[in-house]
Amino acid sequence: MSESIIIAEISKGAVAPVTAELVSAAIALGTSPTVVVPCVDPSLADGAGYEGVSRTIAVKGDCFANYDASSWAAAIDAASPSGIIIAAATPQSKDVAARVAARRQISVVQDVVSIDGMNLTSPIYSGKAMQTVALSGDAAISVRANVFPAASSSAANVSVVDQSGDVSTAVKEIIARASTRLDVSEANIIISGGRGMGSPDNFSHLEKIADVLGAAVGASRAAVDTWDEIPHSMQVGQTGKTVNPNLYIAVGISGAIQHLAGMRSSKYIVAVNKDADAPIFAHADYGIVATWEEALPVLESALSSMMS
Amino acid sequence: MPNIVVLVKRVPDTNARIVVNGDRVDLSAVKWVISPYDEFAIETALQHKEANGGSVTALTLGPAEADKILKDAKAIGVDEIVRVWDDSWSEMDSNSIQSALSQAITDLGAEYVYCGKTAADTGAGSTGPGIAERLGWASVSNITDASFDGGLTVTSPVENGQAMISVSGNAVISCDKGNVKVRKPNVKGIMMAKRAQVNVVSASAPSSSVTIVSQTPPPAKPAGKKFDGGASAEEVAKLLRDEANVI
Repeated sequence: MSESIIIAEISKGAVAPVTAELVSAAIALGTSPTVVVPCVDPSLADGAGYEGVSRTIAVKGDCFANYDASSWAAAIDAASPSGIIIAAATPQSKDVAARVAARRQISVVQDVVSIDGMNLTSPIYSGKAMQTVALSGDAAISVRANVFPAASSSAANVSVVDQSGDVSTAVKEIIARASTRLDVSEANIIISGGRGMGSPDNFSHLEKIADVLGAAVGASRAAVDTWDEIPHSMQVGQTGKTVNPNLYIAVGISGAIQHLAGMRSSKYIVAVNKDADAPIFAHADYGIVATWEEALPVLESALSSMMS
Repeated sequence: MPNIVVLVKRVPDTNARIVVNGDRVDLSAVKWVISPYDEFAIETALQHKEANGGSVTALTLGPAEADKILKDAKAIGVDEIVRVWDDSWSEMDSNSIQSALSQAITDLGAEYVYCGKTAADTGAGSTGPGIAERLGWASVSNITDASFDGGLTVTSPVENGQAMISVSGNAVISCDKGNVKVRKPNVKGIMMAKRAQVNVVSASAPSSSVTIVSQTPPPAKPAGKKFDGGASAEEVAKLLRDEANVI
């Protein structure tokens, strides 16, 4: 069986759950995976043991204190055996995967959502079409979250490799996010508002539901372009963020092709719109034809009583 | 004074309908534009030049049809326009594209490369960091702001907010939408662009190890359930719990 290398996804100082999904992707490729954990403290790798993984390598290096693409790629490359490299399709890991692939003069296939033998499928044109490619030889691939089942955890068989990398960028300052709310790119549940919300102040009604569900709040391009109070960081769509949460609730969003491109791969979609003919309803698992003023208070109280 | 290259790519307008014919997308009827994030890269590159001097060259990889977007970049204000191409190339994978672009960047003597965070066709975001690796340069991706006084400092998202990152030495910077307002071409720029010559250069590229098997429409979603009136939100909440199991 050929080898693969999984670059563990690190989030909030721990190995992120998506790493277990990468193990299933590696097995779907017919490969035997080694998990590589970039870390400052190798005890982090204790959380990276999975059924089907015989070896976990903690790549210990000072360069992993802050994200620096070149040193991360150099250190991960040096500590990893050859084989197909598998990373999570997060902005940072896609960046690392691209650099490691370039170091090895191999190709990279990003945002994989399906694996059939050595055939990989990814969305193109922001999900308006799908493309299947065939690999011949090693490559680096990134795999979207919420696509593959999570492999079961087991005890990690960790070996530690000390690895330094030349850091070429320096973080001068981190400006902490004002809100403690999740970013749309990190959330499993997203509730987004469009211009149909009428005013940016009314996004507070979305925030109330987001608080109940532990969700992120997003916005359509129309909302971001219309109201200065709604920052581009909230924008879901072709020129914003592409998301695939378990649940996406679109409120007052008509469903422009640009918006659909950024969220159509969500597992479940709920749409609230007063226009029964809005295109968003063609993509919704559950559609509610109503104004947000009518629907959101009912939704909030129903969800609150369920979640309490 | 810095020699700056900005990478631009010709892509279908993001409002275009993408039609699949047989097992390939049919782009014969779409309008072609500069990939939207590349416009932020052009703007940031021009600001870099305005702060520190030097020159900005727009570079693309593609056949002669791509000259149009180079002229669009010229109209916005870049100094030189260059296209790297070899008629033997088709369906190149990332390894071959990055190899060819890296050679062209080296031949141009560039010190800084700006590009969009992703192209609107593949959405991959591999080209910027991949080229940086081949050149042995630093890279920062998805920046939302840049300043040039006292060295290059860029703003890029991190887990808990925004990091201000200083970059020493040569670098590839990929640009998100961020705080940059892109300038539009003026009449003089458009007139100059009409007369501008595209410098076509060649490079060698390794053969692709990734081949396209098929392109298909996205999977159709089964018809959903539609309810009338705000009171139905209670029913939907129950379905999310009991049928979809997502809350």
